Amino acid sequence: MNERKNLIKFILSELKPKGPIFTPFNVITAPIILIGLIIIILRFLKGLGAVTNLSQEFPWGLWIAFDVMTGIPWAGGAFCMVFLVYVMHFDKYKPIVRAAVLSGLLAYSFYAGALILDLGRWWNALNPFIGNKFGFQSVLWLIAFHFLLYTICAFLEFAPIIAEWLSLETIRKLLHSIRIPVVILGVTLSTLHQSGIGALTLMAKGKIHPLWWSEFTPILFFLQSIFGGMSMLIFEGSISHRVFSYRIPEEVHEKHHSILIGLARGCAGALFAYLALKFSVFIHVHGWEYIISKMGGWYLVEVIGFGLIPLIMLVSAVRQENIEVIRIAAFLIMLGILIARFNYVFIAYKWYLPLSERYYPSWMEIWTTATIVLTEIWILRWIINRMPVYVIEKEE
Amino acid sequence: MKRRDFLKALGIGLTGIAFRPLLGKAQIFGRREEGESPEFMGILVDTTRCIGCRACEAACAESHGLPVPDIEDTSVFNTRRKPTTQQLTVVNRFETEKGEVFVKTQCMHCNQPACVTACLVKAFKKQVYGHVTWDKNCMGCRFCMYVCPFDIPKFEYEKAVPEMKKCDLCWDRFKRGMIPACVEACPQEALIFGKRRDLLHEAKTRIYKDPDRYYPHIYGENEVGGTSFMYLSKVPFEQIGFRTDLGNTPYSKYEKIFIDVVDLIFILWPVTMWSMYELTKKEGSNE
Repeated sequence: MNERKNLIKFILSELKPKGPIFTPFNVITAPIILIGLIIIILRFLKGLGAVTNLSQEFPWGLWIAFDVMTGIPWAGGAFCMVFLVYVMHFDKYKPIVRAAVLSGLLAYSFYAGALILDLGRWWNALNPFIGNKFGFQSVLWLIAFHFLLYTICAFLEFAPIIAEWLSLETIRKLLHSIRIPVVILGVTLSTLHQSGIGALTLMAKGKIHPLWWSEFTPILFFLQSIFGGMSMLIFEGSISHRVFSYRIPEEVHEKHHSILIGLARGCAGALFAYLALKFSVFIHVHGWEYIISKMGGWYLVEVIGFGLIPLIMLVSAVRQENIEVIRIAAFLIMLGILIARFNYVFIAYKWYLPLSERYYPSWMEIWTTATIVLTEIWILRWIINRMPVYVIEKEE
Repeated sequence: MKRRDFLKALGIGLTGIAFRPLLGKAQIFGRREEGESPEFMGILVDTTRCIGCRACEAACAESHGLPVPDIEDTSVFNTRRKPTTQQLTVVNRFETEKGEVFVKTQCMHCNQPACVTACLVKAFKKQVYGHVTWDKNCMGCRFCMYVCPFDIPKFEYEKAVPEMKKCDLCWDRFKRGMIPACVEACPQEALIFGKRRDLLHEAKTRIYKDPDRYYPHIYGENEVGGTSFMYLSKVPFEQIGFRTDLGNTPYSKYEKIFIDVVDLIFILWPVTMWSMYELTKKEGSNE
């Protein structure tokens, strides 16, 4: 009884903010989030048309393109790291595995959660999970189910850290004992829904520019989730190591350099495989017939500017152990994924329509997206400041 | 392998099998119920007979409780129109090498519709008589709009409680034994309603009997695997606003490539990972 009281007391004390409240980051982001919440309320009261630029021609816009199509592959680092550390026993990445799982868990909760905003008939959002009308044949059904299951897996992967934070030893041991099956299930689910997002585009044949539409899109999307996830780990890791340096023990900090080099190597490998497959698709569809056009130029910007060039940067930076160049390359790769995914939703999608009928996001759509990202960062900061995220796990 | 590990592996495998039907099973790809399944119905649109009176537009709006358009107003023909949430069917005028041609546009009611395959809550349904209908358990994800090769489903963005609107081949009237409103209203018999098989027969007969009047192709016979709405024309179909690059493969087949692999991954991945885990385990670790 007394223990429970102590636990509640501890949680209450942890809920209070730590550190100064009026920091520049807080002062800038808090109003953005507040206005974003107003836009979200407006969306539910007045319908999608009141806040978005969606049209009959472009049923999917920024919210799908960024939150789902881009946010999910950026969060791919979580499944890559748990695979390397827990399944393959690569201890080198142990210092970042918890941070990777945390950012994956938050990304899935927020980005998949933000999907509810985009659902026109959101009160039916549970229909794919309950009732008797499961659309098994739909790739989107598979993705919805996998999002849910994977978020649970990611939570179970992160739960031991919460148990450690609350000093709940029995629960932590229990969670630890089911970790390997959970990790294996999580990686399998990730493989399927990361590629499944690509499979969404398959039935839009004829509406997506032939340079982009391909049967290989699911595999391309899966590869993107590997190098996209690793780029995010490099990018995010570099920022958190500065911002949260006071939370990071010396033994973790020392290994950061060699971890970044390792991630850059892995990233380059997956990116190379991606570009090779992209090239073979290009040959298959007789890409050169389309290349001398606006869309052809745009294709080259995506594949060379945000694919081949960062690959070359990575390879040379790994040799020279140049962390700065690795960071820039990682950022370019992340942008490349964003461009690629936007293409499938509204740029290369219906490329044949005149400019006047095309979709571009409204300021309220962009603002809402910013709100979601910033809220996620707030929660991330709250957790890192309290839970033992940056520690090297001991063998048990 | 220890007994405990074996049981663990078995557990994962069984969980996988238990979830298998939930995790993506191709069930309705092109499959029809065995036994006495009725034939698909359809409408044959003979554009050589259409005079652009728009009586079908008015009849459609009336029977669906939508605002009835002013059909005397011919200025609507100056722009190319598409169906909207208020008008489930529209007639367009095309200037062609053989004079002006009027073409009615609405949902094609594909034999294997992309929207039905796309729908994750079975709000879109292919009825046994061929009607593609929408139901209110829809989540409004708009995947159907993203994939429809004819861009037919229309979403009420301006409403807080929106619905998906499209032609339902007068499913409610059909259940009451009535023919579709547009067919009933057509003064030229440019539209005929019947079994899809009989309509194809009729269309082929017309082309055969009067080869000068018709371009020798029935749009919808094979396009995207066949559709319930089928068209006859005196000019090639790209001249009257049809997409002729869609191919004859049903759109659901493009997705099937992926769905088929799902089961495979779900069996291979966990087993492979488990053996990787065992193979890379460190000595002396009792993990």
